[in-house]
Amino acid sequence: MSDATGHKTSLLEPDARTKARNAAERRFRLMGLSAVGLGVLALVVLLSSVLGNGLSAFQQTSISLTIPLDEKKLDKSGKRDPAVMAKVTTVGYGKLIQEALKDMLAEAGVDDGGLKPKELMGLLSKEAAADLRDRVLADPSLVGTTLSFNAMANGRVDGFFKGRVTLKSAERDANITPEQLQLAQRMADAGLIKTGFNWAFLTNPDASELRPESAGLGVAILGSAYMMLIVLVLSLPIGVAASIYLEELAPKNRWTDLIEINIANLAAVPSIVFGILALALFINFLGLPQSAPIVGGLVLTLMTLPTIIIATRASLKSVPQGVRDAALGVGASKMQAIFHHVLPLAMPGILTGTILGLARALGESAPLLLIGMVAFVKDYPASPPQGFFDPASALPVQVYSWTQRADPAFAERASGAIIVLMLFLLTMNAVAIILRRRFERRW
Amino acid sequence: MTVLKLSVSALSLLALAPMAEARDNLQIAGSSTVLPYATIVAEAFGENFDFPTPVVEGGGSGAGRKKLCEGVGENTIDIANSSSRIKQSDIDECTKNGVTEIMEVRIGYDGIVFASALDGADFALTPTDVFLAVGGKVAKDGALADNTAKSWKEVNEALPDQPILAFIPGTKHGTREVFDTKVLLEGCKATGAYDLHLAASTGADDDAKKKEAETACFETRTDGASVDIDGDYTETLARLEANPTALGVFGLSFYENNTDKLKVATVSGVVPSVETISSGDYPVSRPLYFYVKKQHIGVIPGLKEYIEFFVSDDMVGPDGELTQYGLVPDPELAATQEAVTAETVMGPLE
Repeated sequence: MSDATGHKTSLLEPDARTKARNAAERRFRLMGLSAVGLGVLALVVLLSSVLGNGLSAFQQTSISLTIPLDEKKLDKSGKRDPAVMAKVTTVGYGKLIQEALKDMLAEAGVDDGGLKPKELMGLLSKEAAADLRDRVLADPSLVGTTLSFNAMANGRVDGFFKGRVTLKSAERDANITPEQLQLAQRMADAGLIKTGFNWAFLTNPDASELRPESAGLGVAILGSAYMMLIVLVLSLPIGVAASIYLEELAPKNRWTDLIEINIANLAAVPSIVFGILALALFINFLGLPQSAPIVGGLVLTLMTLPTIIIATRASLKSVPQGVRDAALGVGASKMQAIFHHVLPLAMPGILTGTILGLARALGESAPLLLIGMVAFVKDYPASPPQGFFDPASALPVQVYSWTQRADPAFAERASGAIIVLMLFLLTMNAVAIILRRRFERRW
Repeated sequence: MTVLKLSVSALSLLALAPMAEARDNLQIAGSSTVLPYATIVAEAFGENFDFPTPVVEGGGSGAGRKKLCEGVGENTIDIANSSSRIKQSDIDECTKNGVTEIMEVRIGYDGIVFASALDGADFALTPTDVFLAVGGKVAKDGALADNTAKSWKEVNEALPDQPILAFIPGTKHGTREVFDTKVLLEGCKATGAYDLHLAASTGADDDAKKKEAETACFETRTDGASVDIDGDYTETLARLEANPTALGVFGLSFYENNTDKLKVATVSGVVPSVETISSGDYPVSRPLYFYVKKQHIGVIPGLKEYIEFFVSDDMVGPDGELTQYGLVPDPELAATQEAVTAETVMGPLE
C-alpha cells in the first residue's frame, strides 16, 4: 500500500505518525491517572491526619468515685433550699472530691506515691467539682446520700493513656509530673481509671483552657442546627418561588436577564462579604443580638439562596415543555400546570440543590467571624424560637477557635470536631445522592 | 400547597425578629492574649454566680476597643479586653458615639518569651542581639546599612552558629508592639542605629524626628530571616517544629502550657517566669487591661459582679487561677480592686 506521497505503509506496522499519536495518548492517560492519583493521595493524607489526630477525642479517661455528700458541708441549714446551698462554691465541692479520692486510693490499696493533696487533685479535671455541684443543686435530695460519680481525668492524664503525653514529656511539663502519671498508671492497673466512649464530647459546651478534657461540641451542634433550620425554612420557599417566577412566569427581557446575571454572580461572591453585610444590616441597623443563630441563619440564607435558585431553575428547565403543554392543553391554568405537574417532577433536583446548598452553609465559617459567633459560649441556647436569639457557637467556628488554644489537648478536640462536621456533611451529601438516584426522572 | 405554608412560616419567623428579649448575658471581645484568661474567669463566673456565662470573643485588642466604642445599648459589647493601652483615637471615637464613661482595669502583666524547639541550641539573648539579627537597617562603621547577618554567631560570638530565622508576631498583634518597643528599640539605641536614624530623619520638630527614628528602628529585615506570623502562637509553634533551628516569639502562658515542646531563651541573662517578670528583672513584658462600659453597669445584669470577680484575689491574686495559668500578678492589685468597687472612670490619657 502507498499513501498519496508514495511512501509505502503497512496497516500491521504503525508508521512514525501513528506511533507519535499513540504515544501522545499514552502520555495523556498517564497524566490523567497521576492527576487522579494525586487527588486520592491528598484525600488519604488529609483523612489520615484528621482521623489520626481526632479519633482519640471520642475516648475519654475517667475515674469513678464514690462520694459521701456530707450534709454538714453542703447544706448546714438542712432545709435543702437550692438558693442557700448555692453558697457552697466549687471549692467546697472540690474538697469533698479530694477526700473521696484519697479514701478510694486507701481502700484499693494503691500507693499514692506521697503526692500532696493538690497533686492528687491534679489527676482530675477541674470540671469535676462544677459537675458535682450542678448535680447536687439540681437534685438537693442527694445531700446526705453517697453518690457514685464519674469524674473526668485531667487532660494530661487523659493524654497519657492516649499516648500523647509520656513520662519523658511530663518531666518538662509544668502542668503534670511523672509521679502523677505513675500514680495514674497504678490506678489504671487497679481498675480505678477507665477509658470509655466520650459522650461528653458531643454534648458538653466549650470549656476554658484550664479544662480541655471537658470541652465538647454541644453548643456548637445546637447552634449549627438552629442556623440550618433557619436557612432551610427561609431559603427553600424564597428560592423556589423566585425560580418559578423567573423560569415559568417572568417575561424574557433585559431586566430578567440582568437579574439572572446577578444571581449567578452572587453565587460566586466570597462568603466574607456576606458577613460584612450581615454586620452592617442585621446587627448595626436592625439591632439583632450578636453571636445569635438568627443572624448566622439569615446571612447563610443569603449565601445559600443563589445556589438554590440556580439548582431549582436548572431542574425546572429539565422538565420537558411537553408536560406543560399537555397540562395547559387539558385546560389547566398556568399555576395548576406548574404546581401539579412541573414542580413535582422538578422536586428531586430542587431538594438535591437545597441539600448541597445547606451542606455548604454548614461548613461556612468566614461570615460567622464578623457577627460574633467565634466566641466562647458556655451556656446552651434555649429552645426555639427564643433560642434563635441566644448566643451560640457553630461547628466550623468551634474548630477554628480550638486550633488557636494553647493546650495541646485542644488540637485533638479540633480534629475530633472536624470528624463530626465531616460526618454531618457526608450524611447530607449521601441523602442528596440517594434522592437523586431514586426520584430523578430522565427524559 | 406546602410552598405557601413554608413561606408563611418563614415570614412569621422574620416578624419574630424584633421580639428579641433583653440581653441577660455579658458580651466581651478583644485581645486574643487576654482571651484565655477571660474564658477562665467567665467559666468560673458562670459556675459560681447566678448569672449566665459571659460570651467571650477574640478578634484582637484594636478590634475589641473599636466595638466597645460603637455606642451604648444592648447590641454593643460591655467589655473590651486589650493587651495594649487604649489610644486617644479610641477615646475620641467613644465620646463621639456616646460612650463617655470607660473604666480601665489592669489585670496583670504578660511576659513575652523567645523560644526554640526543644532539641535546639541554647540561646542567651539581649535586645541588642535580637536587633542585630532581625532589624532591617543596622549601624555599620558609623553608617546605616542593610542587615546581612547570616548566623547568630555573626551577631554575637557567644551565640550558636545557626542561621538566623525568627518568627515574630505580625503587626496586627499587640505582642508586636511590645517586641518593637522593648526589644528592637532598645537594641536600636544600644547599637547606635537610633542616633543615625535620628540624624537622617526629616521631621518638622524634635518629637516628629524621634517618632520617625523609632518607626525606622521597628523595621525588620525583608530577606526572609525574620518572618511575620499573623496567625496565633499555635502557628508559630507549628513553624518551629518544621524549622528546628528557628527562634519564635510566644506569650509566657502559651510557653508554660507547651514546656514539653519548647526551650526558652534568656533575655539579658534572666529566665522568664512569673516571678522574674513581676519583680521586673525580665525586661520584655506588658500590662494587660480590660475596658468596661460603665453605662452598662446596672443595665446588663452581672457586669459589676463579673469585673469584681475578675480582679478578686481568687483569680488574679498571687495564688489565683490566672496566675497559675501564666498571668503575672499586678503588685498594685489592691488599688485596682478599690477602683473597680468604686466604679472609678478612667481619666484622660497622660
